[in-house]
Amino acid sequence: MSNLNIENKATSTNNNSLLSAHNLTCIREERVLFEDLNLSIFPGDILQIEGPNGAGKTSLMRILAGLSQPYDGDIQFQGKSITDQRELFHQNLLYLGHLPGVKDELTAQENLAFNLALHGLDTSTAESTLTEVNLLGFEDALASHLSAGQHRRIALSRLWQSQAKIWILDEPFTAIDKLGVEKLEQLFLQHADNGGCVILTTHQDLSLPAERVKKVSLAYRFY
Amino acid sequence: MTQLSYRAAFALIVKRDLRIAFRHRDDIINPLLFFIIVVTLFPLGVGPESTMLSRIAPGIIWVAALLSTLLSLDRLFKSDHADGSLEQMLLSPHPIFILVLAKIVAHWLLTGLPLILIAPLLAVLLHLQESSYIALMLTLLLGTPILSLLGAIGVALTVGIKKGGVLLSLLVLPLYIPVLIFATSAIDTAGMNLPYNGQLAIIAAIFFASLTLAPFAVSAALKVSTN
Repeated sequence: MSNLNIENKATSTNNNSLLSAHNLTCIREERVLFEDLNLSIFPGDILQIEGPNGAGKTSLMRILAGLSQPYDGDIQFQGKSITDQRELFHQNLLYLGHLPGVKDELTAQENLAFNLALHGLDTSTAESTLTEVNLLGFEDALASHLSAGQHRRIALSRLWQSQAKIWILDEPFTAIDKLGVEKLEQLFLQHADNGGCVILTTHQDLSLPAERVKKVSLAYRFY
Repeated sequence: MTQLSYRAAFALIVKRDLRIAFRHRDDIINPLLFFIIVVTLFPLGVGPESTMLSRIAPGIIWVAALLSTLLSLDRLFKSDHADGSLEQMLLSPHPIFILVLAKIVAHWLLTGLPLILIAPLLAVLLHLQESSYIALMLTLLLGTPILSLLGAIGVALTVGIKKGGVLLSLLVLPLYIPVLIFATSAIDTAGMNLPYNGQLAIIAAIFFASLTLAPFAVSAALKVSTN
């Protein structure tokens, strides 16, 4: 269980990388989750972060998205620290965490339209986007009347409209059926082919071609 | 990608929060009902003498307004934090203080404004002196936004804590005390037909100070709470 150093390509300071992490250290509850982690993600990458429960996958994702502060190290977007260019970085970032961010009091369509509008996207296509995630007929149903899987689908429907280059998805397949998972995987591939990148955690095996998916394994550390 | 202007982002959040509140009416009605109940119980408790009631009326109305705001503060960020929409807002490409200010304005529209509208009616029940009405309205108009602004700091700090209710009151109540003192003093002074510009100016100063500074404090507190 030594330090992790993952370098996808030649150097981590390479300015072609979309997102890069430098010497990240994360400490939670006095336990070192990872230390001196270096990571570079390039356009076209699909990066799967693996590891047992409690290894720090979610912590890493939140640090990469800028939601949590690392104990040490920094995150760079296109070669510049994300704290210096927060708004530009957030325009290019789509983060979906464990919580779907769906309001029970709003309908499926209102939820999606709000999320799109918040990111400056066209909201007129919200209805047709919901059909992509099999929510046709539920547009005007309050989210409180929908199932957990449908909540997740509302949250994921943003992916179809997103113009963000970096997708950070924490367990995107939770509560999604097999057909939905397949559709999402195709969307990830398409996004990567268009010059974007996807960082995801999942305990399921991806059915994507193995050469397209890069893997990072976090080990559970006891000290 | 079209970039939303600050004003559009602000309006977007206010509209969303109002829509959610109107779908969940308890949140609007409960604090208002609390305010009405507290104020109407006082004449029953201390007796209907008009001299006694008009003497304590400013204090009763302001204390009730303060507690009813405290009761409604939780709504400000709690549910957004619980379902993950707070994270999404923090990750949106807008300055956080715009979003925070919008949420505070929506909160005031739903809690402060109804109090201001109903207060003169309740003041009649308490035999508030006629010359005090304008002072009452002005202090509430300037004072209730302060309650929402300062309260938001407390909520943002405690939003990550499971049972933050007691802590929230302890954090926020001391900050409310200056508003309470100057507001009731202004209403009392007006009752004696004396000028109350001084007290009003101090409340206005607190209002503008908290309007400009609180959104930044809340943004910083939210970043800590979601860390």
